[in-house]
Amino acid sequence: MMEVPLFLRGIIVITGKNMRLYYTKPPVLMFGLLFPLFMFFAFFVGRHLDLSTFFPAFLAMMLFFTASSVGPLITPWEKREKTYERLLSYPVTQDSIILGDVAAGAVFGIGISVLVWIASNFFIVVGVTNWVLFSLAFLLGTLSCATLGALLASPASDSPPNVMIFSNLIRFPLIFISGIFVPLQQMQGWGLTLAYCSPLTYMVDLFNAAMSGRSVFSPLTDCSVLIVVSVGFIVAARFIQKRNMMKGM
Amino acid sequence: MDAIRAEHLKKAFATVTAVNDVSIAVKEGEIFGFLGPNGAGKTTTIRLVTGVLTPDTGTVHINGIDIHRHPLDAKMQMGVIPESSTVYGDMTAEQNLHMSGKMYGMPRALRDERIDEILLRMGLSEKRHTLVRTFSKGMKQRVNIACAIIHRPRVLFLDEPTSGLDVQSRRLVIETIQDMNEQGSTIFLTTHNIEEANTLCQTVCIINKGKIVAQDSPERLKKMFDTTQSVEVSFDRPVGRDLLSGEGILRAEPCGDKWRLYTDNPDQVLKYLIGRAERESIGITSLATSGPSLEEAFIQITECT
Ligand SMILES: Nc1ncnc2c1ncn2[C@@H]1O[C@H](COP(=O)(O)OP(=O)(O)O)[C@@H](O)[C@H]1O
Ligand SMILES: [Mg+2]
Repeated sequence: MMEVPLFLRGIIVITGKNMRLYYTKPPVLMFGLLFPLFMFFAFFVGRHLDLSTFFPAFLAMMLFFTASSVGPLITPWEKREKTYERLLSYPVTQDSIILGDVAAGAVFGIGISVLVWIASNFFIVVGVTNWVLFSLAFLLGTLSCATLGALLASPASDSPPNVMIFSNLIRFPLIFISGIFVPLQQMQGWGLTLAYCSPLTYMVDLFNAAMSGRSVFSPLTDCSVLIVVSVGFIVAARFIQKRNMMKGM
Repeated sequence: MDAIRAEHLKKAFATVTAVNDVSIAVKEGEIFGFLGPNGAGKTTTIRLVTGVLTPDTGTVHINGIDIHRHPLDAKMQMGVIPESSTVYGDMTAEQNLHMSGKMYGMPRALRDERIDEILLRMGLSEKRHTLVRTFSKGMKQRVNIACAIIHRPRVLFLDEPTSGLDVQSRRLVIETIQDMNEQGSTIFLTTHNIEEANTLCQTVCIINKGKIVAQDSPERLKKMFDTTQSVEVSFDRPVGRDLLSGEGILRAEPCGDKWRLYTDNPDQVLKYLIGRAERESIGITSLATSGPSLEEAFIQITECT
């Protein structure tokens, strides 16, 4: 594998390009930043809830939205602007492009969420009981959300609005079934079954474990699920995008 | 070793076979012209050869490197200017060039130096900090080309690089191709502009409906049609080849509902045809002669296949 350094370099350059171009695009700001903040105000503020209890879930939601909002935009945008083929003729492969998109989403997600976490410390007491789990929650949470973003970019469309609508149709329901607004402990029946199916549930649970010590699953389960899901998303994104490419540019 | 070697490439889309058993060998240092009408399969071929698309069957080697097995190493050797794909409009000319240089692993100092040189060469020095989005088509194409040659590629692919450009940009593009070639780069150029192929290329390959139909130097291609003229004739009923193998006819090819007869002596062929038709009471429904140019050669080749 003489090509590994070349492969890594391609990913880094693509990530840098994505960061420069897409972090400030309106759909990313809208659905990545403003939306989770609105949700926060709509559901938590003024409801006399104990904010500290819900804060881990809110942080997970913030990370979820930021990290998964960049990915869906990039490929459709580049296909529409006709820069995609040009990009692919550089020493990169479709894999480098997918991983570069994942990396850009991950950096965005971690960056914003860490800022939000730091800022929150000025207003409420949000302790961290286990720093290792807290780091893992950030890393694995970002990874799974950013890979989901890349997967959501896979439909063969060169229309960013359509792909954004599609990706929001997938993303919004997730936040209602993943133990963010209603803690998992209080869920039952169908709701609970759905919650078990949502990767976001395990991320919320991991944040809970790290910040309050109260979790439903063991952290090992949470981490394993997030890793498996991330790999699954990547493999699926790769498969779909390769298949689209066989049909033509 | 050939700079570009493609063997038995085939690529089918849902409704058409865009490239059908195409083999190409381009010698190092050559300017190779890939000529064909719209929809002939030029762009698809270039996408296959540059590793953007994967062929259904067939292999591609760039300087001996298999593009399927080692896509990154192979792509390092080349610069590509796609037909309809372009650089980033939301970056400045200079940012685009830096990104491109990084892709090819050029260190910062080398990039800075080369970017100054290239922007000057392309007449873009004053616009280096302007967003490419605001550029005219010709200027965008110049940035596009600058990005593809920043690392002095050994093989340069250009897909109809001059189509739709203003005169000034067009000239600049052609000069750049010649410059790059003089500095040792192999050039693979697709075009449907025959004059361009004629003046630039050492070898011209003509593709039509996904198949290669002729390949030679422009001079020889032209000569083949300069010495050989043709007579186009159609009859009121089907005729056999034996009728068309008479005096002065070098070659007879069916072409739609007509026959095209190649000859050095049209006069002799006309007299023969008229005499023979009269004797066998076959009606001649049309009859025409043509004295070809390279353009004529191109049209004839592509119409008849
Ligand atoms: N992505 C695609 N999907 C379906 N058909 C395609 C695609 N790309 C090209 N074709 C078809 O393949 C043929 C060759 O196209 P192309 O290679 O673009 O020709 P050229 O560049 O010589 O004009 C055309 O008939 C075109 O319609
Ligand atoms: Mg074309």
